Amino acid sequence: MQLAVWTYEGPPHVGAMRIADAMRGLHYVLHAPQGDTYADLLFTMIQRNERRPPVTYTTFQARDLGSDTADLFRRAVLDSHARFKPEAMLVGASCTAELIQDDPGGLAKSLGLPIPVVAVELPAYQKKENWGAAETFYQLVRAFARRDVAKRTEGRPLCNILGPCSLGFRHRDDIIEVQNLLASIGVDVNVVAPLGASPTDLSRLGAAQFNVVLYPEIAGTAAAWLQRNFAQPATRVVPIGVGATRDFIAEVAQLAGLPVPHTTESRLPWYSRSVDSTYLTGKRVFIFGDATHAIAAARVASEELGFQVVGLGTYSREFARDVREAAAKYGVEPLITDDYLDVEAAIAAAQPELVLGTQMERHVAKRLGVPCAVISAPVHVQDFPARRSPQMGMEGANVLFDTWVHPLMMGLEEHLIGMFREDFEFHDGAAPSHLGHAATAAARPEVVVPLSVAEEAPAELWTAEAERELKKIPFFVRGKARRNTERFAQERGLRSINVEALYDAKAHYSR
Amino acid sequence: MSAASPILSSAPGCTDAPVLRQRGQREVFCGLTGIVWLHRKIQDAFFLVVGSRTCAHLLQSAAGVMIFAEPRFATAILDERDLAGLADANDELDRVVARLLERRPDIRMLFLVGSCPSEVIKLDLSRAAQRLDRAGNGDVRVLYYSGSGIETTFTEGEDACLAALVPEMPAATDSKPSLLIVGSLAEVVEDQMLRLFSAMGIDDVRFLPPRRARDLPPVGRGTRMLLAQPFLANTARALEARGATHLPAVFPLGAEGTTLWLRAAADAFGVSPARFHDATSAAEDRARRSLAPLRETLAGKTLFLFPDSQMEISLARFLAREVGMIPIEVGTPYLHRSHLGPELALLPRDSRLSEGQDVELQLDRCRDAQPDLVLCGLGLANPLEAEGFTTKWSIETVFTPIQGYNQAADLAELFARPLRRRARLMV
Repeated sequence: MQLAVWTYEGPPHVGAMRIADAMRGLHYVLHAPQGDTYADLLFTMIQRNERRPPVTYTTFQARDLGSDTADLFRRAVLDSHARFKPEAMLVGASCTAELIQDDPGGLAKSLGLPIPVVAVELPAYQKKENWGAAETFYQLVRAFARRDVAKRTEGRPLCNILGPCSLGFRHRDDIIEVQNLLASIGVDVNVVAPLGASPTDLSRLGAAQFNVVLYPEIAGTAAAWLQRNFAQPATRVVPIGVGATRDFIAEVAQLAGLPVPHTTESRLPWYSRSVDSTYLTGKRVFIFGDATHAIAAARVASEELGFQVVGLGTYSREFARDVREAAAKYGVEPLITDDYLDVEAAIAAAQPELVLGTQMERHVAKRLGVPCAVISAPVHVQDFPARRSPQMGMEGANVLFDTWVHPLMMGLEEHLIGMFREDFEFHDGAAPSHLGHAATAAARPEVVVPLSVAEEAPAELWTAEAERELKKIPFFVRGKARRNTERFAQERGLRSINVEALYDAKAHYSR
Repeated sequence: MSAASPILSSAPGCTDAPVLRQRGQREVFCGLTGIVWLHRKIQDAFFLVVGSRTCAHLLQSAAGVMIFAEPRFATAILDERDLAGLADANDELDRVVARLLERRPDIRMLFLVGSCPSEVIKLDLSRAAQRLDRAGNGDVRVLYYSGSGIETTFTEGEDACLAALVPEMPAATDSKPSLLIVGSLAEVVEDQMLRLFSAMGIDDVRFLPPRRARDLPPVGRGTRMLLAQPFLANTARALEARGATHLPAVFPLGAEGTTLWLRAAADAFGVSPARFHDATSAAEDRARRSLAPLRETLAGKTLFLFPDSQMEISLARFLAREVGMIPIEVGTPYLHRSHLGPELALLPRDSRLSEGQDVELQLDRCRDAQPDLVLCGLGLANPLEAEGFTTKWSIETVFTPIQGYNQAADLAELFARPLRRRARLMV
C-alpha cells in the first residue's frame, strides 16, 4: 500500500485511452465499473476535445459480479462495433475488472468481429499511465505494422515520428515544429503516430528508413521493436532547447545520410547573452517532471540560461537511470519518486529560486512562495494554450526562454528593489507589476507546511540588530542570505549571529 | 404540509408517469467523488480511500487540481503485494494511517473509504476501522463506508458517509421535538435556514453532517428529520431506525420549493400559518423578485437532464414551475419514490422520466429532442457544445450553494448564463 495525496500518473488503462483518443478509426472497449468513466473528462475538459474519447465502458455493478459481467462485456463490444464502426478495436480491463478475470481479449475474439481486435493486458496494480500508453502503442504497432511494405530506398529520406499522443505536454505543437524542422533538412515524414494515425497508417510504418522518437516514455517500446524487426534505427536526442535541437538535427542528418545543414536559429542564445539576462546567472532551479522533459530542462537551464540546477528528479521510474546520469552531471542527488510529499520536501530543502515542474510542483511552489513554470505532464487545462506553444525545436527554445524567465523578477526590477529597498512601497509583498496575482498571494500569510526543513532557526540565534540588517536585503535573496549565514555560523561554531557575522558570511560566500 | 396542499391530490404531475429504464454504459461518477465536498464540510475529518491508482486519479481529476489547499483526503493505493497476500493488509493500513496522522495531528475523525477493488477482494475495512479506532485511544474516531462505483453513484457516497455517522450520534435524552436537517449544505445556507426557523419559533435545529466531526447532533424519538438533499435513502433509513421521523417535503430549491420545505417542518412543529407567513413571506417575495429577470431568459426554453446527482427531479421541478422551462427528459441515476414523491407530484406531466442510463441511446434522444439547454456531466458537456447544444455542468449544482430563498436566483443563473453566453458570442 502506498499513501498518495496526489498522483503524477493515472492507472495504465488511462495510458491506453491516451493512445486510443490520439488515433483515428480505433475504438477501445474497457471492462470497468461506472466510476471509471471519469476519465472522459480528462479529454473533454483538460484537452477541450470536441468529441468524446472513443471509449466504451461496460460499467458493471456489484449485482452483476459473479453472474453476467462477461456477457456485459460481449454486448458492449458488439454494440460499440455496430455504433462506431471502427477500423479496429482495442479491448482491455481496468483495475477492478482485472480482479474479476473475465479475459476481455478472449471474449472479444470469440465474437468473430470482421475487424482486427487488439487485446492489451495492463497490470493495474504494478504499472502506471505512461507504461500503459507505451505498451498499448507497442501492441498496436506489432499488430498492424506490415512486413511486406517496401522500405523507401530512393529519393528523399523517409522517417516516422513516434510518440505524440493525447494529454501529452505540448505534443500537439511539438509535432508541427519537428515536421517543419525535418522538412527543412530534406527529410520526408511517412507516418506520425499515435496522434492522428489510423490502424491503416500504422501498417505503413515499415516504409520509413528510421524513426524519430519524440517521447521515449510513450514510444520507446514500439521504437525498440521496430528497430529489431524492421531494422529502423531510432533517434535518441529529444530536441528540447537550442543545443539539443542542434544535436537532433545532426543525428537525423546522420541517420538520413545527409550533410549536417546550417540550422535556422532561435532567439534564445542572443536573449540569454543580452545584458538584461545577467541577473539569471546562477539562479537556483529545481527540476521535476517526466524523464524526457526533466533531463532536457536541466540542460537548457544550465547551458542556455546560466541557471544552477539544485535539484533534478522524475516520477518516471522506468527512466530512472537516465535521470541519475543527468543528475550526476550537475552534481545533484537524483530524486526518483512518485510520492508528491517527497518532492515537496526536497523542494523545500533545496530552497530554489525557480521551480520547473508539473502542475503538482506548481502547488508546492505557490505554498513556498517560489516562482514556477510547468515543463511536463501531468497536464492541466492551461497546458493546452490557444496559441501554438511548442517545447521542441528552435521556436520551442524561444518558448522556454519566455516561460521560464517571465515568472522571475526582471533584471532592472531587481536593481530597483536593491536601490529603493528602504522605500516603504518596495516591501516584501510588492511583487513586480507583470506578476500581478503574485502580489496578493505574497501579501497573504502563507499556509504553514509542516516540514522540518522549512523551519527557521531559533530566533535567539540572530541578534535583533542582525535581524534588522537582514531585512534590508531584498526579500528574494534574503532566504539565501539567511541560509548561508546560518551555515557559516554553524561551521564556525558561532552561538549567535550579529551584523559582523552576517557580513563575514557574505564575504565568505561571495565569489 | 396541509391536506389542502396540491402535493397530496390524487396522482398529480409525474406521480404515476412511466419511467424509462435502460441498461448500457452509465456515464456517472462513483461515490468516492462525494469526498470532494465532504472533506470541506466536516473540517476535522480525513478521508482515506483504500483502493487503486484509478481512485486516486479520479479524486484528483474530479476536484484535485481545482483545490489549492492541501486536501484532507488521500488514497492508500493497493499494489500487487497486497493482492497476492504477501503483505498483511492490516499491517499495511496501520503503517499508512500512522504516517497520515503523524502528518495531520488536527484530524479527529478518519473515514476508511471502500472502493471497487477493496470491495471485490473483500477487504474487511469495517473491522479494520474498528481495530484502528480502538488503537487510537479515542483521539481519532475511525469509521468506514463504501464509495465504490460498483455500489454507489456520485452523491450516494455522501449518503453512505452520513449513514456511517448515524450510529455515532448520541441518543437524545428526552423525546422533546427537535429538528434535524440532513444533507450537506453550504454554511451560508445553514445560517439562513437557522434564522428562518428561529423566526418561526423552532430553535432546536441541528445539522448532519456537522461542521466538526465531534459535534454530532443527538437523535431519538423526538427527532424530526428534514432532508436537504434527495440522495439520502440509507441515511434516512438509519435515522428512522434510531427513532427519527421523516418529514416528507420537496427539496429547498427555489422560492416555492423552499417555502414548501420549510412548511413541512412548520407543520410538524405546530407553527401557526400566520407565524409561518410572517417568518417567510418577505424572503419568499424577495426570492420571487430575484427570479423575475432570469425568467425572461429561461421561460419557454426546453431542457434535457442527463442523470448525475439525483438532484435532477428537484431541479427540473424548480426550473419548470418557477422560471417556466420545459423539461423534455429528466434523467436520474436512481429514483427514490418515497423521498421524491412530493417532487414528482409537481413535475409537469409531459416530462419524460428516465432512471439509469444507456448513454449512447440517451445522447440519441437528446439529439432528436434538440433541447435549448442540456444538464450533463463533465465528460459530455464539451462534445455536446461542439454539436451545437448549450450545456450546464451538473457538478456545479452540487458544489454551489443553491438551496434556500437567497440562492434561488443563483440557481436559475447557473442555467441562464450558458444561454446568455451563447447569445452574446459573435465568433
